[in-house]
Amino acid sequence: MRWGRPGAGAAGTAPPLPRTDVELREVTHAYGDRTVLTGVSLTLTESRIGVIGANGSGKSTFARLLNGLVVPTAGTVLVDGLDTRTQAREVRRRVGFVFQDPDAQIVHPTVAEDVAFGLTNQGVPAGEIARRVDEVLVAYGLDGHRDHPAHLLSGGQKQLLAIAGVLVMAPQRVVFDEPTTLLDLRNTRRVARVVDGLEQDVVVVTHHLELLAGFDRVLVFEDGRVAADGTPAETVPWYVARCG
Amino acid sequence: MLSLYRPGTSPVHRARAGLKLAGLAALGTGLFAVPRIEVVLAALAAVLATGLLLGRLPAGALWAQVRPVWLLLAGLFGFHLLVTDALTGTVAVLRLLALVLAAAVVTATTRVTELVAVVEWLLRPLEVVGVRPARVGLLVAMTLRFIPVVAERAARIREAQAARGASGVRLGLLVPLLVQVLQLAHTLGEALDARGADDVPVRRPRRA
Repeated sequence: MRWGRPGAGAAGTAPPLPRTDVELREVTHAYGDRTVLTGVSLTLTESRIGVIGANGSGKSTFARLLNGLVVPTAGTVLVDGLDTRTQAREVRRRVGFVFQDPDAQIVHPTVAEDVAFGLTNQGVPAGEIARRVDEVLVAYGLDGHRDHPAHLLSGGQKQLLAIAGVLVMAPQRVVFDEPTTLLDLRNTRRVARVVDGLEQDVVVVTHHLELLAGFDRVLVFEDGRVAADGTPAETVPWYVARCG
Repeated sequence: MLSLYRPGTSPVHRARAGLKLAGLAALGTGLFAVPRIEVVLAALAAVLATGLLLGRLPAGALWAQVRPVWLLLAGLFGFHLLVTDALTGTVAVLRLLALVLAAAVVTATTRVTELVAVVEWLLRPLEVVGVRPARVGLLVAMTLRFIPVVAERAARIREAQAARGASGVRLGLLVPLLVQVLQLAHTLGEALDARGADDVPVRRPRRA
């Protein structure tokens, strides 16, 4: 089980996507008087990037910075040169975000309606929405649930629905914030396979270290700073040793 | 409405949501305007025929909607026996039964997005005073979506409290539930941003 290099377009929703590069310049972020990230400077160009670290180390805030959900208190985040502070809408079209708790991300009562939500916001024509929703539901094994109430889906199905709702919008990079934390092993593997097959560049925040084996780069966060940055072979054993 | 929609291709499923809602409104108005037993019986028969024959809905799906109000109907009949007479009570009970069944037929054959589209259409004249129909429609859809989510979280809190010795209905449920709902709302706000809810809203499609 690993989230490795991209395969051929899993969802089949759009032609091959251009790469999206993200640059953080001396980024600091604080919630009130609590600083959670301090002076982070990074350039993210790799296709598969993992983010690990203890609870409260700044991982989730870092993830939210990448598509403008959070803007830095100081410093700048650029996505393909677009400033997340001033061009958040365009940034969010390029960078999708999957949350840890799918219940907080699913906004419509039934499956197909929820997948269509983002496309409707983008002003995609109705016929195109129907086609892309159908494609994504089939790709993620949800076509048999298209009219089912979202709250009756299993945890794994809900996470797949949340992922489908993001991928149908054809972002160029997808940020996953602990997408398997609430799932059992079977559903963790299911979600991992989906992520593994994505054509898009991904950034995955996770505590499941075994899922990072095929990644290009892993960042280890500690006390709001990048404490280690390298290949999984370099960083994961170092992090495990730090955890005692 | 939360989980009542039953996919299908019947004429009732294919009928426009606005037409069905208008029919429901007309039925309600008519039944209260003409409180006669033969009219109420005819309406009840028409609703059942529409749901079971035209809409091809299983009888169980309709019965499931009547079951929660069965005691209310019985109580209503008993009340009328005390203060009016049996015929008036029968008319009142059958009228309510017909309306509950008609509402069940509409919700079982209509997607939420279609109902929301009707709400948005009805609100469109209010755009001139600043109302944004798409936002109101989204609000309606999200309300329907999050009722079971909040109910589930309340059940989890109740279980957690029971596991630690609490029993019965407790006001102590409210504070942790409120905290959880606020956390959920915060993440939901982020999710709406991430999924482009800030973008210029366009008219929603009738069917996904």
